Amino acid sequence: MKAGTGDWGLGTGASARGARFVTALATLVLFLHGAPGLQPRGHAAAQAPRPPARIVSLVPSATEMLFAMGAGSRVAGVSSFDRFPPEVQRLPKVGALVDPDVERILSLRPDLVIAYASQGDFLAQLERAHVPVYVYRHGSLPDITAVMRDLGTRIGMPAEAARAAAEIDRGLLEVRASVAGKTRPRTLLVIGREPQSLRAISVSGGYGFLHDLLDLAGGSNVFADVKRESMMVTTETILARSPEAIVELHYSDRASPSEEAQERKAWALLPGVPAVRNGRIHLLYGGALVVPGPRVVLTARAFARALHGDAARQR
Amino acid sequence: MTDVGRRLAVSSAAFGGLAFVAVLVAPLIGTTSIDFRRVFDGSVPFADNVDAQIFFIARLPRALAGAMVGATLAAAGVVFQALLRNPLATPFTLGVSAGSALGAMLAITLRLHLSLWGVSAVTAASFVGSIGAVAIVYAMARARHRGFSTNILLLAGVTLNAFFSALILFVQYLADSAEALRTMRWLMGDLDIAGYGPLLAALPLCAAAFVAFAWLPRPLNLLSLDTDAAASRGVDVLRVQRVAFFSASMATGAAVSLGGPIGFIGIIVPHLVRLMVGSDHRVVLPASALFGAAFLVATDVVARTAMAPVELPVGIITALIGGPFFLWLLIRQR
Repeated sequence: MKAGTGDWGLGTGASARGARFVTALATLVLFLHGAPGLQPRGHAAAQAPRPPARIVSLVPSATEMLFAMGAGSRVAGVSSFDRFPPEVQRLPKVGALVDPDVERILSLRPDLVIAYASQGDFLAQLERAHVPVYVYRHGSLPDITAVMRDLGTRIGMPAEAARAAAEIDRGLLEVRASVAGKTRPRTLLVIGREPQSLRAISVSGGYGFLHDLLDLAGGSNVFADVKRESMMVTTETILARSPEAIVELHYSDRASPSEEAQERKAWALLPGVPAVRNGRIHLLYGGALVVPGPRVVLTARAFARALHGDAARQR
Repeated sequence: MTDVGRRLAVSSAAFGGLAFVAVLVAPLIGTTSIDFRRVFDGSVPFADNVDAQIFFIARLPRALAGAMVGATLAAAGVVFQALLRNPLATPFTLGVSAGSALGAMLAITLRLHLSLWGVSAVTAASFVGSIGAVAIVYAMARARHRGFSTNILLLAGVTLNAFFSALILFVQYLADSAEALRTMRWLMGDLDIAGYGPLLAALPLCAAAFVAFAWLPRPLNLLSLDTDAAASRGVDVLRVQRVAFFSASMATGAAVSLGGPIGFIGIIVPHLVRLMVGSDHRVVLPASALFGAAFLVATDVVARTAMAPVELPVGIITALIGGPFFLWLLIRQR
């Protein structure tokens, strides 16, 4: 949630020279290809920090935040897992959490790189190359808008970021209001399992943005007492906790009706679970479900619709 | 001979009793307290009887799967150690588990959607993968020899293991993080099969393998000393090797597709049993199967209760208990 400040480090002579050489080479390559918008680096970074204009984001949710606050045109590169908004399809892909492509990232001449806090070696490399970084930290639902505001401040768009964040907050509040006063079904939130079978079931525990979204959308997580973001559970525990509804997340964009029916049928192995008996198994599809970004409002609405039907929308 | 008969009777009674008790007691233990009068109360419809469902759907098939996988891996371990004349051989030495894992991995990553007789695509693909590995290793062992070279078998198996492991890492690397996590979880082993379908699918192969295992001990005794000596005493060496290789490989493939590549059972159980009953395969093989069953059922109880409601992968528990124990055995044997 805090902006990293890698831009003032001096680095050791050799590595700094090496990095400068790489940058120079990359610049040359870009010039040969006639890349537009190149500015001389010089010592600009050492003067008053200017709002970054070429941002490389290794974090899909941060990419979505940038686009949501209207900074999409400043994004110069994204992670290999970025799918949204559609504009990112045209941007260079520069690896992800475990495999950031440093060479490619430097060749894009970024003046800000958004990376995960756990990418220690990579962050050190960027620092040696004098590339400013913004360190992203994954948290729970309230952290999403907090990160968004913080990121907006970092790139010199605090007002726009605050506006976009407020819109998310408003959307979430609407969902919360729409389910207010309704009975909260005890819900099992499944975040993965082996296809067509009830094996290797992983669920959301009582921590993280998915748990928070479920709570907000009027569902009571049956594993709320376990403070973990995800965990494997046995079929015995599921039978014992007897959820009244099951919400299951699938990250592919769509499934054929027969596939969907097959996945629903897998639960028939546990007829004692109230959700199975009453047919309250809700399969949700889409890549947005895993991204803790601006689209959490859509996920919240989908949860509310699954648990409380269309009544949730009308309120 | 009477001595062997006596030891067989004693060890079978002891280890058989242990396995029986394990399978009987394991379903009684769990994270939920259930009312056993209600479990067997026929007047309550099964669909409404959660206690009965926990017992019959969640616990009993799991204990039975543990017994079957444990017995199969331990017995296959004994057979491979004799066949390769190498005390460090395991059911996974010849690449069966790596082939199986590669199959499962591809099914998970490609999101294969087909299910036959209650067997999921992942299970089916892992079995196909194990068959592929067996076929490759066998072809290698036969290629340059008129006979059946166990040295080439071993080298081909180890190489195939390394090659498949690299392919697994490659597939995993290209997969997205959710799939990578799921494949990693698969590699740690899991006996929560929820129902009897997967058990019934693996049963015929395991049963057929055990029929072969019943015929193997005597020739394996001769074979594990010296192939020439065995041949001179009328053993059809090639036939024995072939039966041993295929039965143990198929059984391993079936066990791995059922429970994942659960480690250490196939190596520590046979060695432990040898310490107690000597090295005659007529005793070691059945005793290992029975003790393997008891051991895996017991470790699986730990896996599902130790950190409840979070489930621990059973392969981690067997290795955590089995690893130090095996090291201790190695030191003691020297």
